[in-house]
Amino acid sequence: MNAIYDFVSGPLCWIAFIVFIGGSAWRLYSMYNEAKKKDVNSLAYMDKHYALRSILNWLIPFRALGWKENPGMTVATFLFHICLILTPLFLLGHIVLLEQNLGISYPALPDGLADFMTIIVIAACVYFYWRRKSQPDVKFLTTRKDWFALCVAFLPFFTGFLAYHGIGGDKFMTILHILAGELMLVAIPFTRLSHMIFGLFSRAYMGSEFGGIRRVQDW
Amino acid sequence: MKFDRKVEDAGLMRGVAALTPDKIEKTIKAVLDGETGAKLKMYAETCVRCGMCSQACHFYVSHDNDPTYSPAGKVHQTMSRILETKGRLDPEEIYKIAQIAYTECNLCKRCVHYCPLGIDTGYIMLVVRRICYKLGVVPQYIHDTTNSHSATYNQMWIKDDEWVDSLQWQEDEARDEFPDLRIPVDKEGAEIMYSVIAPEPKFRTHLIYQAAAIMHQAGVDWTMPSSPGWDNSDLAMFSGDNEIMGRNKRRHFECAMDLKAKRIVMGECGHAFRSIYDMGNRWLGWKMYPIEVVHAVEFYWELISSGKIKIKEKIKEPVTIQDPCNIIRGRGLYEASRKVAAALCENIVEMTPNGVHNYCCAAGGGIINCGPPFKNTRTTGNRAKADQIKATGVKLCIVPCHNCHGGLEDINHYYKLGIEMKFFGDLIYQLMEKPEA
Repeated sequence: MNAIYDFVSGPLCWIAFIVFIGGSAWRLYSMYNEAKKKDVNSLAYMDKHYALRSILNWLIPFRALGWKENPGMTVATFLFHICLILTPLFLLGHIVLLEQNLGISYPALPDGLADFMTIIVIAACVYFYWRRKSQPDVKFLTTRKDWFALCVAFLPFFTGFLAYHGIGGDKFMTILHILAGELMLVAIPFTRLSHMIFGLFSRAYMGSEFGGIRRVQDW
Repeated sequence: MKFDRKVEDAGLMRGVAALTPDKIEKTIKAVLDGETGAKLKMYAETCVRCGMCSQACHFYVSHDNDPTYSPAGKVHQTMSRILETKGRLDPEEIYKIAQIAYTECNLCKRCVHYCPLGIDTGYIMLVVRRICYKLGVVPQYIHDTTNSHSATYNQMWIKDDEWVDSLQWQEDEARDEFPDLRIPVDKEGAEIMYSVIAPEPKFRTHLIYQAAAIMHQAGVDWTMPSSPGWDNSDLAMFSGDNEIMGRNKRRHFECAMDLKAKRIVMGECGHAFRSIYDMGNRWLGWKMYPIEVVHAVEFYWELISSGKIKIKEKIKEPVTIQDPCNIIRGRGLYEASRKVAAALCENIVEMTPNGVHNYCCAAGGGIINCGPPFKNTRTTGNRAKADQIKATGVKLCIVPCHNCHGGLEDINHYYKLGIEMKFFGDLIYQLMEKPEA
């Protein structure tokens, strides 16, 4: 068990980060190159001001028409994404690991709050699951890729929650948790989760086109 | 899932009859490799299938939230199938794909306001149409229209002499009312070249009369070209025939430049406006149009605000306004349209939603040009618009776009709304001071 733990928390972790960072960089770079060759006009219309305007307006809950007309989704998705990003970054356990291995340290979230945020992510995943199963338009659109993405996002938080509360064997669950986290990192550049790296750019383009050419808001 | 709404169309039937899975695969590969790139890839990959866009679409709303009509649902049945099979599809599925792309999406881009990731369904549907066009699977009527553009540079098979004849006829008619009125043809160096869509000389000729009256009354230095290029419309951009689209647009601009006009003013048309700032120019590699183009709505406001046109009395009965996608969501003319409306009418009742969030008329994006076989698609697919108009309780509707006019007329009859529709030009002509007349 210890050997496995050392492996997943050591070399495998490095590999996951390398694949995540390298993969994301490569995907962005190759997309950009392809855009330069094939989507010249779209690049030409990119406009910093309108891109930023669009991104900022979409970051405000209930501002865009889409948010207004999908209130349940708005609450769920904002809470989900905020907690999904902040919890792992500011979890005391993670920062301790960073300090031990890289000597980097910064303030952490109180454990109780982090636990609560984890529960929010899990609850949001359950909501997304329910939505995909029961809302006809979402059900119609759902493919294996979407289920996979949901699972990949769910697992690190679920296993992390169990590990923190000592359910299912401390070490065993921690190993599962690390594996789940690594799976998520590796999956980001190559699955639906790539909206994390491309989403800003598609939003930025739409903002540029609507602001610059169409002279209207896109929210 | 079974496709239970197949509409028989001669063009689509003839098209798929000539296809084999091999041909389909080859053509799709050629379009995807040659004409699409990072943009399509990114859209296909990052759409998280959240379904937030569903409510955006008038087809979805009007069909009691049928998932197969949601924007992402339509992508799911068309582009997603094309990508996941790498183009290996049977002809029958191409029929379905073409029917969805040509007749169940108006390319109105209302769904952009619903997608957090900024995915442009209109763009995706245009790529699907491009593929269908390359496969030869295009609804008969719009294909015929495109062929007309190709043969005559206008969409209505109007011959060169018939065009000039129509102008002279309207000039002649108008001189009864305004003895000095001219429709100056091919005048070099005029301030404005006025361009219209071909249905105007074909069956809405009075609009040319009215435009001439307005220009005359305002003392505008204007001209209309006698040569091909006078038609600013471009249905090739909706059929997927991008080559003809580009040729059309170039001719239109060249017409104005040959005449050394300072700018182009175009009549109250939505899609023709789209073709100059959004599609035709891009195909030609121009970031924006090479010569200033002004839409009628903006132009009318210029004339009214500068006092060149004076309104003698306003319409008193309540009036509502249709916001055409291609000029409002497409080019921000909401303010201008309301200023003109306020100058003409005392009581404006807004539709909900309106402005950039307004519902499409279901005729745009080339659907009305797909002809009679798809009339029911448009009317049953836009109960949302009928409800919107009904809710205003108003019987007079300003509709500053030819396509919207056609679409709303059909909706008007189908849902028995009993509304009357007017162009801004109709009202200005009716209400302006005409000292000579």
